[in-house]
Amino acid sequence: MILLGLLETGSAYGYDLKHRYDRLFGLRKRLAFGQIYATLARLMRDNCIEELAAEAGHGPERRRYHITDTGLRRVESWLFTPDIPHENLQSNLFAKTVIALLIDDDAERLLDGQRHAHLERMRQLTSEKRGADFATAALCDHALFHLEADLRWIDLISARLRDLRESIER
Amino acid sequence: MNSSAPPSTLPGIPPATSPGATPLITARDLHLAFGLTEALRGVDLTIRSGEILAIMGPSGSGKSTLLHILAGVLVPDRGSVVYNGQRISTMNEAERARLRLAEFGFVFQFGQLLPDLSALDNVSIPLLLGGMSRREALARSEELLGSFGLSSCKDKRPPQLSGGQAQRVALARALVAGPRVLFADEPTGSLDSLSSEQVMEMLAATVRGFGVTLVVVTHDARTAAYADREVIVRDGQIRSGFEL
Repeated sequence: MILLGLLETGSAYGYDLKHRYDRLFGLRKRLAFGQIYATLARLMRDNCIEELAAEAGHGPERRRYHITDTGLRRVESWLFTPDIPHENLQSNLFAKTVIALLIDDDAERLLDGQRHAHLERMRQLTSEKRGADFATAALCDHALFHLEADLRWIDLISARLRDLRESIER
Repeated sequence: MNSSAPPSTLPGIPPATSPGATPLITARDLHLAFGLTEALRGVDLTIRSGEILAIMGPSGSGKSTLLHILAGVLVPDRGSVVYNGQRISTMNEAERARLRLAEFGFVFQFGQLLPDLSALDNVSIPLLLGGMSRREALARSEELLGSFGLSSCKDKRPPQLSGGQAQRVALARALVAGPRVLFADEPTGSLDSLSSEQVMEMLAATVRGFGVTLVVVTHDARTAAYADREVIVRDGQIRSGFEL
């Protein structure tokens, strides 16, 4: 959907789409050319985009893609359909905490270790923001706020481990 | 990202090249009780010169008490604090006051600026207390406020400033005399996310640029993320296994 959304800003070559995607969203993982062309082929099959007449040049033939009315409706629908909130992001940590309590292991140490790992990651993201363009900084902020939310849960559970233990041992 | 750049000069402090590995503050076996409540129960902590250390922990855990003991504001019932070879915990009140004035800066959650004085006068207070002439103190303070992007605020009184501006004025006041250590207690606690970021960017850039050691108490993970490391205080003890 992101590639389709980028195409709504104007027709483009696959090569240009890849670089635009990488600049805006590829902080962690850049798109492979194979992924780009596979996605474009799928969007063609679904009538979301069409190929403009091939342009001859000095190098190999280049294909320019254009979004169709179907594609425009698809982007519109994607933009304004709220995402399903991820309420189970902490499921693994929650499970580890419960198991540690059940086997009488050190749940507090487990949570301290996770807090440290989260803060270390937040430190890296804070450092990456410095001097970054605004889009990259906004992406880092998105991650930072999610990590902060996790930490608030860790702090709350650290303070209420006894309650959690009583609850699960019933 | 910043609304203004950190200062290029800080009075009295030569620019640092990198944080040192030398212990600057060493606390051993700190105990302090308020009545029957044991606020600290055997804290050991070493703070290296030039580092930024975050002290975290739940409300009432003892983290602010620890900060105040490290800064020589409170005296422990037991244990020792050694700052740069000087044993703070056995100094009398006058000696500690002199040390604080000469070596330490402080920032608190609500800035604690004097409401009837202008921003400029607030910043100049530590210099005047240190014996500098009023003319020179005002000139230095104005320069620092300018480098913090606050020139237009210099004649405003604290109630006329936004929360972020007031906290940056408080930061300038804490740094104007060139402290070696800055103690900050929830410096972003009363600010929104954007103002917090501006204050912390400025604070971190300034202390790193000049090798000032920063000890910051915070419950805010985004503030702690500016630190080199964190320790967690819980029930009056440093409970994290990650104290280096």
